[in-house]
Amino acid sequence: MSKEVTTVKGSSWRLVEVGRVILVNKGEYAGKLATIVEIIDHKRVLIDGPISGVPRQAFSLARATLTPIVIPKLTRGARSGTTAKKWTEAGVDEKWAKSAWAQKIKSRETRWGLTDFQRFQVLILKKQRRYAVQKALAKAKKLA
Amino acid sequence: MSAVTKEIGGASNGGKRVIPASKASKWYPAEDIPALKKARKTVRPAVLRASLKPGAVLIILAGRFRGKRVVLLKALEDGTLLVTGPFKVNGVPLRRVNPAYVIATSTVVSVDSVDVSTFTAAYFAREKKSKKEGEAEFFGDDEKKQKKVISETRVTNQKTVDTALLAEIKKVPALKAYLASSFSLKKGDKPHLMKF
Repeated sequence: MSKEVTTVKGSSWRLVEVGRVILVNKGEYAGKLATIVEIIDHKRVLIDGPISGVPRQAFSLARATLTPIVIPKLTRGARSGTTAKKWTEAGVDEKWAKSAWAQKIKSRETRWGLTDFQRFQVLILKKQRRYAVQKALAKAKKLA
Repeated sequence: MSAVTKEIGGASNGGKRVIPASKASKWYPAEDIPALKKARKTVRPAVLRASLKPGAVLIILAGRFRGKRVVLLKALEDGTLLVTGPFKVNGVPLRRVNPAYVIATSTVVSVDSVDVSTFTAAYFAREKKSKKEGEAEFFGDDEKKQKKVISETRVTNQKTVDTALLAEIKKVPALKAYLASSFSLKKGDKPHLMKF
């Protein structure tokens, strides 16, 4: 039999796996990143965030979101020192800062922190942008 | 009870006697009258929030100018705030407002060049009306029909304050438009979480 090229692909789901970086959603460390070091059961994992300041702890997956970032070749039950080393090697913080997700969170926080006058300035700038865009669009429509 | 010394006639009466100044009542109430409570409170000058500094831009929350953004000029001695729109920008005149119905924003305009020494609580006090008698007053003929005329001094005072303040406002871009616009809550706004 000739060797057939298979079309079956693995899923692109984010898996709960050792080395998976998670975003903590609830509790004291909400908003910080950590990585899965060991899987305890279906609902809980042991997480550690030596760089981001999340202490090693058992954590419910219901209170976290999986990110697409994975630290490659992180051994199961790796200690904090090793995790920190692998974390920086994998460039987790840089990857996270670059992601659209992190930037969205950042911009949302900036917007929430604006003062009343700054909100008014944003309103004016948005108006200006809208005007410029619509002007260009009308021009392009006329030409087409 | 005060006592008085009185001369007493008669040789064997000792000459003088000390008696009460006023005679005690023959009767007294059968029930005890409760003593009135003494008020132990004193009138103290109002303490304003730290955010209410002269020059701060305020948002008025109540009254006919609600939603307007105004400039705080100074705190008056009667516990109110002296504000102005400026009148030329958003139509709010020199006016007293209650600090309870105001949001202080973190935006500050310099008001050092504005002279506010003439403005006191007395300046804004209502004029005493002379009581008229007869039918005219009863039917309220003239006064209510006539439009209230704003005195010349007030108009000039408003103008001097406005010119000084506008010079400062124009230094910051978009600040004049900001003061001209009025505040309102938009969709999704959470006032308790918003920073002003």
